[in-house]
Amino acid sequence: MLTAADVRSRLATLDGVTIAEGDSPLTVTVPAAQWATIATRLKDEMGFGFFSFLSAVDWKEEGLEVVAWIDNTDARLSVVLKTRLGAGGTTCPSLAEVYRGANWMERECFDMFGISFEGHPDLRRILLPDDWVGYPLLKLYDVDTPYPPYR
Amino acid sequence: MPAPIWKEFKDLQEWNELHKQRQTGDKHSETFETLTEGLHQFPGGFVLTTVTDNFLNWARKSSVWPVTFGLACCAIEMMATFASRFDVERLGMVPWASPRHADLMIISGTVTIKMAPMLLRIYDQMPDPKWAVSMGSCSNSGGPFRHGYHVVKGVDRVIPIDVYVPGCPPPPESLLNGLLLLQDQIAHFHKTGKKAPPTEKVD
Amino acid sequence: MATDLTPRVTTELDYAGAERLTMNMGPQHPSAHGVFRAILTLEGETVVGVDAVIGYLHRCHEKLAETLAYVQYPSIASKTDYVAAMTSELAYVMAAERIAKIEVPKRAEHLRVLVAELQRVASHCLWLGTWCMDMGGALGGGATIFLYCIRERELVLDLFEKLTGARLLYGFHQVGGVRYDMPEGFAADCRQTIDLIEARLLEYEAMLEDNTFFLMRTKGVGVISRQLAEEVGISGPLLRASGVDFDLRRDAPYSSYQDFQFKVPVETDGDCLARYRVRMVEFRESIRIVRQILDGLPEGPISSRPGVKAVAQVRVPKGETYTRVEGPRGEVGCYLIADGGPKPYRMKWRGASFSNLAVLPFIIPGHSVADVVAIMGSVDPVFGEVDR
Repeated sequence: MLTAADVRSRLATLDGVTIAEGDSPLTVTVPAAQWATIATRLKDEMGFGFFSFLSAVDWKEEGLEVVAWIDNTDARLSVVLKTRLGAGGTTCPSLAEVYRGANWMERECFDMFGISFEGHPDLRRILLPDDWVGYPLLKLYDVDTPYPPYR
Repeated sequence: MPAPIWKEFKDLQEWNELHKQRQTGDKHSETFETLTEGLHQFPGGFVLTTVTDNFLNWARKSSVWPVTFGLACCAIEMMATFASRFDVERLGMVPWASPRHADLMIISGTVTIKMAPMLLRIYDQMPDPKWAVSMGSCSNSGGPFRHGYHVVKGVDRVIPIDVYVPGCPPPPESLLNGLLLLQDQIAHFHKTGKKAPPTEKVD
Repeated sequence: MATDLTPRVTTELDYAGAERLTMNMGPQHPSAHGVFRAILTLEGETVVGVDAVIGYLHRCHEKLAETLAYVQYPSIASKTDYVAAMTSELAYVMAAERIAKIEVPKRAEHLRVLVAELQRVASHCLWLGTWCMDMGGALGGGATIFLYCIRERELVLDLFEKLTGARLLYGFHQVGGVRYDMPEGFAADCRQTIDLIEARLLEYEAMLEDNTFFLMRTKGVGVISRQLAEEVGISGPLLRASGVDFDLRRDAPYSSYQDFQFKVPVETDGDCLARYRVRMVEFRESIRIVRQILDGLPEGPISSRPGVKAVAQVRVPKGETYTRVEGPRGEVGCYLIADGGPKPYRMKWRGASFSNLAVLPFIIPGHSVADVVAIMGSVDPVFGEVDR
């Protein structure tokens, strides 16, 4: 049975990957360029097949960060993958070909933060109307923004 | 204590400007108008028109068919009202999915900017005379989500409303109270399209 | 059954190819599941592509959470999965407690599990009623089961009303424990109610299991393969019906679930009938857990932070966490990043129904329009969770 230590040792050999302390979950920070390759490796080689969620955080001056949580249901392990897009960065490789669940999750990140995912088959707004202007979950966007004629 | 100065509430000012009012005069037939005018010429003719009005209003209020327009949490309470314990069919209300055959629209749930045009379209598809009940605080005024960027501050910015039922969600007893108040309003409905007098405030 | 892992989403409206019809199952439809729009592309009666449009109930939960304090938000949290409000509130409150390392008293933990399991019973009652009503028609045979299930659900909602004062959206959980304690006679009422419900479950099974029409409409319909289930991230009864033995209450236990014995049902077929069977077993297992709790409820305080009066009183230090709760629909999660103040920095809801709905473009094509309704019902979405 796969253990957290196995995963840690296999991932620590790759460049740019830093693994924080703590095993549940294993927090793995990867550079944006390696986002899809590390996720593919987790899925194919280490059996992390359950895709829980993918989201983003707006760290104001430091830029955006994309977070994904993936599980191995047989070994009961969880991994948090994080990547920083850098100040002003808004592109990130897409995981939609690797995990089918990332399709809608990435559309939501695009809708809320404006992050465009390279390689996504169908990147368009999912929660807001198609003609909406602005990306609401960015810290600059005010929660009570008017939108004539309805509010 | 000095009386509050209502003019200073920004939300109330917005409501005064932006809420939709029912148009003066629902569509009514010219023939019926001329007939009524003609009948009033005769002594006691108004008795016939009032009796007919009362009969027609009794028929209308005893058979109001709501279109099932459940949006959010209030829809679950609306479904509970339509179910066996708080039966709404004893009042003559058969929930009907098609707006073309419905008289009443119970807007239960938050109205969002994406949903508002759909709501207006369903309301327009309902034939006259039609009424609308706003159920829950989200459709009354935006509710707990009032300050969200995608939430309309009350469904009365989209369509005119006759009865507001407060609550989050209003339990079926409250909704039934609102529907009975609506029936009282319908009893005062005139085919000439005059708006019903406001219900007496009970403290 | 080997399913192709490419979704068939049709976004271009195909008017030129004479044989295909684009049909809109609009945001208002009598299927009683909420505001969902499915743009179906049909060839005859068979669906060949579906574009699921959501967002008609996007109520800005995540942005509003950044403006509301930890003591204010739990009653809004119940409005995400509004049919199972107890599990939604639990996810948020547990996240704040985990970062701030707040201890929750044992009695409060047991009460939390009690209401979560009662909520599961109520939610599955509603699921069964509305699903059968969708398949059978609102004025026809389906309304029978709907009215029976609502009758049972009303009994559980009466219990909730005795406990919290509200029927649907409670505001029961708070950071540090729960808000209300069990009143006099609640335990006896609870036992009576669950005994009654357990007996009535046999009635439902008798109505459905031998019913040819029910079997025709659910057997082999909407099959989700195991690999698709895991990749898309569907959870809860859908995942267990596709053969994956994963239940957060047992595998990642939270809030004193490790003290109770319960069985986790798993089926391998992955069709609507398998999902039905999983949920029927879950009914019984929830009742079993409720009995175990009532038998051994410890005494003690119900909150480690009673009497919170000011909004800024509960501050959570810097940190982040993701708490997952097994709701009746699946994994409801709250990813919370706190920055030391009374309000969160970022809060993301992982809605179970959002991921569950994402599976529709994979499984609906190939079925007829009538099956769309059966599949939607067995997936059991709640749009508060989908759109947040």
